[in-house]
Amino acid sequence: MFRDLGQMLVLLGRTVRALPYTFRQLEKIYQQLFEIGNASLLMVCVLSVFIGGVTTLHTGTELTARGLSSVIGGLVGIAICKELAPTLVSILIAGRIGSAMTAEIGSMQVYQEIDALRTMNINPVHYLVLPRLVAILIALPVLVIFSILVGWIGGAVVAHYNQRIGLSFQAFFLNLRQVVDVTDVLGGLFKSAVFAVVIGTVACHQGFATVGGPRGIGRSVTKAVVNCIVFILILDYFLTRLWLYVET
Amino acid sequence: MTDAALATGQSRGVRVAVRGLRKSYDGVPVLKGIDFEVEPGEVFVIMGPSGSGKTVLLKHIIGLETPDAGEILIEGHPLTEPGVMDRYRMAMVFQSGALLNSLTVAENVGLYLTEHRLKKPAEIQRIVQEKLELLGLRGIGDRYPSELSGGMRKRVAIARALVIEPQLILYDEPTSELDPLSAVVIGHEILNLKRRIGVTSLVITHDRDLAFGVADRLAMMYEGQLRAIGTPEAIRRSDDPIIRRFLSAEFQPTDHSDAP
Repeated sequence: MFRDLGQMLVLLGRTVRALPYTFRQLEKIYQQLFEIGNASLLMVCVLSVFIGGVTTLHTGTELTARGLSSVIGGLVGIAICKELAPTLVSILIAGRIGSAMTAEIGSMQVYQEIDALRTMNINPVHYLVLPRLVAILIALPVLVIFSILVGWIGGAVVAHYNQRIGLSFQAFFLNLRQVVDVTDVLGGLFKSAVFAVVIGTVACHQGFATVGGPRGIGRSVTKAVVNCIVFILILDYFLTRLWLYVET
Repeated sequence: MTDAALATGQSRGVRVAVRGLRKSYDGVPVLKGIDFEVEPGEVFVIMGPSGSGKTVLLKHIIGLETPDAGEILIEGHPLTEPGVMDRYRMAMVFQSGALLNSLTVAENVGLYLTEHRLKKPAEIQRIVQEKLELLGLRGIGDRYPSELSGGMRKRVAIARALVIEPQLILYDEPTSELDPLSAVVIGHEILNLKRRIGVTSLVITHDRDLAFGVADRLAMMYEGQLRAIGTPEAIRRSDDPIIRRFLSAEFQPTDHSDAP
């Protein structure tokens, strides 16, 4: 466990040192951005509508019963942008994109393609890790912004059409605008950026650590996704503490 | 390498020396003190049964593995000396070909030039076509490795190695998984490259026909040690029982009359 952690930090350090060569990998970064965006946009949209909807259902019915329906918009808005969108979209991306990264690099490792790169003096960190890490670092916060907006809309729709809540769109968004400010959204984006680095690093490291044949690739993919989710949930707490400290 | 040098077959291979190479994995010794030298432009074949440590040895020579003891010298310079891997161009043809499956054949062959930005795209395209034609692979540049036969994949891997303009080529089991006709083609390519560009070639194989067909000198490896080094004739005449057993092993059909 600690050895894996150390190796991941070393890989991250090497990738950070390779950042000046990013311009050489622009084409691969565009490819990865397309992969991440294209593969995930619809899923993020569906996920976000229902996150907003279920959060509104849970809080809205209770608050309306206590005559506090006017605060539903703010509560749902802040829950989505500070916590639910960054965390759940990151978990979705860990499952969808992190697993694909591990499988691809793991397969290259098993079938000696990475050795072939090394014999051609091509640094696998520059060729494989850098474009993936940069792409996910750009794509994940963008997806989270999208998720926040769609989540708010989903929440407003449920608040309006659910008979036990029956809150107008205007009232929902008026309260949301009063409660949620730019720093709340920035907090969510900060979290998602950290999660992006975690997903990219864990997934690529696990790919390089793959041994054996197809079964080894399967094991690596499972381990990568599980590790990503565990790291995301643990870091979520500490990043929230850190952001609260910064805000105050 | 200039065209004139290519035309005259001027030697540009490098001298390789392996001294006291030892390597263990999890306490199990795989290489038990390997010593040999390969002259510039020579085709040196290391033959031996599967699991004798041949591929591990090759990975040390190309710098993919670090030895526990001993050293590898390229033109007298240790492989670990800074700049040696950049100064001398080396290429390896992997047993599986190790082509990048996500790239087309042309992209695979031109990868070294593209990634190191050594030539303009049009020039890279020209060189790639030239190398593919050299190996009889005209018109397959747009295909993916998964669409090729085993023999074609091996030849694409050789074309990819040639783009580096290597001074040393390492071949890992170049004829494994190939039919006899494809194996002959690969053997001819190894000899053609030696003749055309004078490259030093180190071939690892358990294919006796290939070994005796292409080798200037041969070494027999067994359980992490070199049992003998010499010309093909000298190895053929060897009295070593292990070498004799390896060279004379043939499939003998047995009577299965009691089989169902």
